[in-house]
Amino acid sequence: MSKPGSAGERLFNGIIKENPTFVLTLGMCPTLAVTTSAMNGLGMGLTTMVVLALSNMIISALRKIIPDKVRIPAFIVIIASFVTVMQLLLQGFLPDLYLSLGVYIPLIVVNCIILGRAEAYASKNSVWSSLFDGIGMGLGFSAALTCIGAVREILGAGEIFGIRVMPQSYVPFSIFVMAPGAFFVLAALTAIQNKVKIAGEKKGRDMSKIQSGCSEDCMHCGKAGSCEHKFYDTAKTQKEGR
Amino acid sequence: MSDLRKVSSNPHIRAKDTTAKIMLTVVVALLPATLFGIYNFGLRALLIIAISVATTVLTEYLFEKICKKKNTTGDFSAVVTGLLLALNLPVSVPWWIPVIGGVFAILVVKMLFGGLGQNFMNPALAGRCFLLLSFPSIMTNFECDAYTGATPLAAIRAGEGVMVRDMIIGRTAGTIGETSMIAIVIGACILILAGVIDLKVPGSYLASFAVFVALFATLSGRTVSAPYISAQLAGGGLMLGAFFMATDYVTRPVTKKGQYVFGIFLGFLTAVFRIFGASAEGVSYAIIIGNLLVPLIEKATMPKCFGRGGERS
Repeated sequence: MSKPGSAGERLFNGIIKENPTFVLTLGMCPTLAVTTSAMNGLGMGLTTMVVLALSNMIISALRKIIPDKVRIPAFIVIIASFVTVMQLLLQGFLPDLYLSLGVYIPLIVVNCIILGRAEAYASKNSVWSSLFDGIGMGLGFSAALTCIGAVREILGAGEIFGIRVMPQSYVPFSIFVMAPGAFFVLAALTAIQNKVKIAGEKKGRDMSKIQSGCSEDCMHCGKAGSCEHKFYDTAKTQKEGR
Repeated sequence: MSDLRKVSSNPHIRAKDTTAKIMLTVVVALLPATLFGIYNFGLRALLIIAISVATTVLTEYLFEKICKKKNTTGDFSAVVTGLLLALNLPVSVPWWIPVIGGVFAILVVKMLFGGLGQNFMNPALAGRCFLLLSFPSIMTNFECDAYTGATPLAAIRAGEGVMVRDMIIGRTAGTIGETSMIAIVIGACILILAGVIDLKVPGSYLASFAVFVALFATLSGRTVSAPYISAQLAGGGLMLGAFFMATDYVTRPVTKKGQYVFGIFLGFLTAVFRIFGASAEGVSYAIIIGNLLVPLIEKATMPKCFGRGGERS
C-alpha cells in the first residue's frame, strides 16, 4: 500500500476500500432512482465524479480561507456552481442523457457523497490528495452505479448498454426496471461484496484495510462497539477537545 | 409439598397443536378450492399447482441445506405457500411463472428474513405481487380453454351484468383457486371448526368491504344494488384472501382489537383499489400493505397490563 494521501492510495480508497455505494451507503437517492440502465448509471456516476473532483479541489484550495462557521454554505455554493456547469454541458452535448437523468442532475448538489467528502476529506487535506480523493470516490460511485444499472437492465430488459444479450425467448422481469428492483439489486450486490470480504477475513487476509469510514474518532462513530480499533485517547481527539 | 416448589419456566400449559398440524389443516381446508379449480380449468391447473408446491418446498430445503440450518420443510408451511401461490395464478401461465414466484416467495420474503414466523408479509401474496409487477400481461391473461370472456370483476367494472349464481358456484374465469365461493367457504368452515382461525379478521374484512364498496360506488356515480354488492363480495380473490391469507398467523396482528382494525383497514383498501384503482382487483395489494402496518397496529392496540393505566394516585 502506498502512503496515505498519495494519488494511488486515494483511488484505491474510493473505488474499493470506502466505496461510497456498497461500503459507505452514501448517495442512495441517485443510486436507487437513475440506475434503470447501465448507461444511465454510468452517466450519473461520471457526472458526479467530475463535480466531486473539481469541488474537492476548490474546497481544498480554499480550506484556509473559508471560516469554520459558514463552511457548509460555502461548500454548497462551490458544489452548486460545478453542478450548474455540468448541467448546461450535458444539456448542450448529451441531450439524451440529460433527459433521462432529469431532475437528478440538479440534485447532485445535495448528494451526500460530495458534501461528505468536502467535509471529511477536502477541508482537511492538500489539493492534490483531494483531487484524487474526488476522482477515486467518483470512480467507485460510477462503478457501483454501472453494476447496479447493468444487472437491472439485463434482468429487466434483456439488454446491456442497449445491446440485446439475453435470448429472444427471454421474458424480461419488468419489476427490475421499476423502483422495487433497485432495492433488490442494491441489497444483493452489497451482500455479495460483504460475502467476499468475510471469506477473505476467514482466510486470514487483513480485510480491516477494506473496512470503511474510520475517522479515528470512536466517540462519534456508530461502529465503535463492534470495532477492534480504539481511538478514545489519541492525541488527535484530545487536541481537538472532543 | 416439595413437588409444588418445582416450577419450571413458562409456558406452563402446552397445547397439542403443532405448526405441522395447523398447516396440514390449512392444506385440507384448501382442498375443496383446489379440486374445484382442477375440475373447472382442467389438468393443466394440477400441473401448475404441482410445480408451485414442488418449487416452494425445494427452495426451502435447498436454502437450509446450503446455509447449514435445521430443515423445516416438515412443518408444511412451504406447502401452504406453494398451494396459495398456485391458487392465485391464472391457469394459462407458462411453467416458469410458478417457479419464479415460488422461489421469490420462499427465498426473499420468508427465508432471508429468518424463516417462518419472521416474514413481515405473506410470502404467497408477495410472490404473486412480484409476478404481477414483473409480467403484467401474462398474469392478467385469464383466457383458457374453458373461458374466453373477461373476469366477473372486469365485467362489473365495465358496467356489464354478471351472473352472481355462476360466481358463487365458481363457473367463471379467474385464477385457479379464487372462482368458487362455495368451495372456499367450505374450506373456511373446516378452518373455523378446527379452531385454526376465527371470524375476527375475515368477518370485519368482508363486512367493512361491503360498506366501503357501497359507499365508494355511490360516490363514483354507480347505482348500488344488492346484486352489485354480492357480485363484488363473490368476485375475485376476496374470499380466498379474507379466509386464507389475511388470517395468516405470522402477518396478522396478535391483539384482539388489532385484528378488527386490520380487517376494517383491509376492507377499506380493497374497496379503494377496486373502485378507484387502475385494475379491477386489489385484494393482494391490500393484504400486503395491511401486513406492513401490523407492527404499528399491534403497538397501538396492545392491551394494558393488570395494574397499569388509569389515573395515577
